[in-house]
Amino acid sequence: MVDILVIGSGGAGLSAALAAKQEGASVLVVGKSYPTTSQTSMAQGGMNAALGNAGEDHIASHIADTVKSAHGICDENMVRKMCADGPEVIRWLEQLGVPFSRLDNNKVGISSVAQRQMGGASAKRACYAQDYTGLKILHTLYDTCLKEEIDFLEEHYLLNLITEEGTIKGATFLDIRSGELVQIDAKSVVVATGGFGALYHGYTTNAYGSTGDGIAAVLRAGGAVSDMEFIQFHPTALKHSSLLISEAARGEGGYLLNSDGERFVDEIKPRDIVARAIFEQFEAGQEVFLDVRHLGEAKLMELLPQEVELCRLHEGVDPVTELIPIKPVAHYTMGGIDVDDALEVNGIKGCFAAGECSNAKIHGANRLGGNSLLEITAFGKFAGQNARKHAMFASSKTAPDTQLKKDQAHIEAIYSRECSANFYESREKLGKLFYDHVGIVRDNDRLNTALEEVIGMQVALSTMGIADPSKAHNQNLVEFLEFSNALLLAPTVISSAIARDESRGAHFKRGFETEDDARFKKHIVLQWNSEEMQP
Amino acid sequence: MKIKILRSQTSTHQEYTLPNEETTLLKALTHIKASQDPTLTFSAGCRASVCGTCAVRVNGREELSCAYKVQEGDIIEPLQYHPVLRDLKVDKQPSKKTLSISTAWLHSFKQAAQNHADEKRSERQTDCILCDSCYSACPVFAVNPDFLGPFALTRAYRYSVDKREEDVKGIIDNIQSNGVWDCTLCGECTAVCPKGIDPKMDITMLRSTSVQQGYEDPSFSQMSFGTPDFSGGFGFDPNGGF
Repeated sequence: MVDILVIGSGGAGLSAALAAKQEGASVLVVGKSYPTTSQTSMAQGGMNAALGNAGEDHIASHIADTVKSAHGICDENMVRKMCADGPEVIRWLEQLGVPFSRLDNNKVGISSVAQRQMGGASAKRACYAQDYTGLKILHTLYDTCLKEEIDFLEEHYLLNLITEEGTIKGATFLDIRSGELVQIDAKSVVVATGGFGALYHGYTTNAYGSTGDGIAAVLRAGGAVSDMEFIQFHPTALKHSSLLISEAARGEGGYLLNSDGERFVDEIKPRDIVARAIFEQFEAGQEVFLDVRHLGEAKLMELLPQEVELCRLHEGVDPVTELIPIKPVAHYTMGGIDVDDALEVNGIKGCFAAGECSNAKIHGANRLGGNSLLEITAFGKFAGQNARKHAMFASSKTAPDTQLKKDQAHIEAIYSRECSANFYESREKLGKLFYDHVGIVRDNDRLNTALEEVIGMQVALSTMGIADPSKAHNQNLVEFLEFSNALLLAPTVISSAIARDESRGAHFKRGFETEDDARFKKHIVLQWNSEEMQP
Repeated sequence: MKIKILRSQTSTHQEYTLPNEETTLLKALTHIKASQDPTLTFSAGCRASVCGTCAVRVNGREELSCAYKVQEGDIIEPLQYHPVLRDLKVDKQPSKKTLSISTAWLHSFKQAAQNHADEKRSERQTDCILCDSCYSACPVFAVNPDFLGPFALTRAYRYSVDKREEDVKGIIDNIQSNGVWDCTLCGECTAVCPKGIDPKMDITMLRSTSVQQGYEDPSFSQMSFGTPDFSGGFGFDPNGGF
């Protein structure tokens, strides 16, 4: 039995593993792919920490900006903790060797780390490594994990958490390589499985695998989820491929123009405001473009080399000389697993959650750019430390294989099922349905339509199955399970959005265009009666 | 548009027909799996050339599926020198081993002043996404499967030039055996890297740091000087006349 089982190997998972290992725990990191392939690699713009290297800044300002952007529904204690941890976490990453971009200020240590402007920030606060910030942090964390000899189990897909009387005992996994199901016993678990942006299939900047597997597993195990209706739409994704163009493009001075060549919004406002302004342009029949031509080729290649490459390859435009056609798409899921102030899952003792899958109530109704990389590292470490504390006094008695047997029966049923509908088509349909009906601007009619459609799809799920009979390396099966998870989370998003008859941050509803603090300055928390809803 | 994909179960190239429109290979593979053949197996992630998951070989050359535009008649095969797990999916666990043996991490941190020029010393090298393209293209693996390989050495180089690294020798010590001297400097790795990294140059630089640290080229040390060389090898002949 391992002390700490970390599920998910992105930035949050690796930070948790390193922290737990440092405290002397035995750690196993399990992921459905390889550690460096996670969503963290896609974070571009930067990581907030009030270092004040590029002009005056204070932790208090960072807290104030984050609270303001959260529109009243963050936990200010958690925000305070994260923002106060910022400089210390940068110092930690500096010691691991993260290759931050630097200033020419003749300073030592983190005082030379370059910082840039992001939307909604009152100072240049985002530490960065060109526009590969997430990639470079992730790979440095991975190198450090190898140095610390942390054990990894790749290509293991999370099926279910194992609990006994509300306490975590481990989890079950599908070994994608062999097709066998395995049970891993653990004293504590850290869920760091990422968000569920892939629900918006085709209309998201996220990787295919961001299907909310951990959040779904927590729900099934009796844990709670909250703030599921708050989905961040990133204002600038490439129009045809939905690939992300970093907010840094606007932070560095890029403009947004409509078809008439006019600017229509202050580009460095928070993402919810900018995304809505773009949506209104679309409604008025305009197209919207990002214009960075005036920055010049040298500056673009220096600050945004990845963006330039993506535009040339996927959109066929050269940002040096041409306008970049863009649209806002789903980018980040603010809500997720409901945790307390120690990041312990509400409803499952000894199970912690960190990163995008967790709702630590930092981001509230709208996340600030640069706060997610801070959250995964600061709270990843915090979750690892707290998991260690729990493990010290947890029982080392292993759970029986009841859950494993249940999961084996479930997988066998999927294999033997007659498959009359293609779930890949439903995945496309679900993505478009969400973008159109549970998108930037919502209304109750369309939300209710979406809910009906989703319930229809859930019913139809029993007629969907897999067409690949192979036991080993069955990606068809993995994608089916991922789709099932996305479909399981879909109604939690829609029903929360229906319940919230107001507009707040990323949740904007026609007919209820203002914040209604009296009724809705609170979190919508959902939890299942664990006995009834086992799939 | 027709393309052919090497299937592992039959060891033959299977032909697939795609709509005649410009598309990335990854989109084409996803399209085939979703609508024609759910058994076709490949790995994919971010769609944006940064997660390193989807490298394959197209007409014998390493490409990221997400960044390659499909052409009529393309032949798609899995990466070389990796165990093929199924179709285009290969085993990428060996990279964990080569990175570990290379000790490609910061060995001993020291506080350092860094500026923009210092950032540039490893900017390109730290763009590495571990896609394994360079391993697939490296001919050394055909003769020495234990070779540490291009990306592990590039990563070792990246830490060795970091001003925060106090123990450069610690890194250099671990890349001598099956490491910097086993490279033939053919440059295939550099040619295929989707991020424009130049492992060949990094390895050359590591060789010179190795010499500074007291190591020498083992093939060089086996050469004979002055006395006749009857081994028929590649010994240096002082009378050979350059």
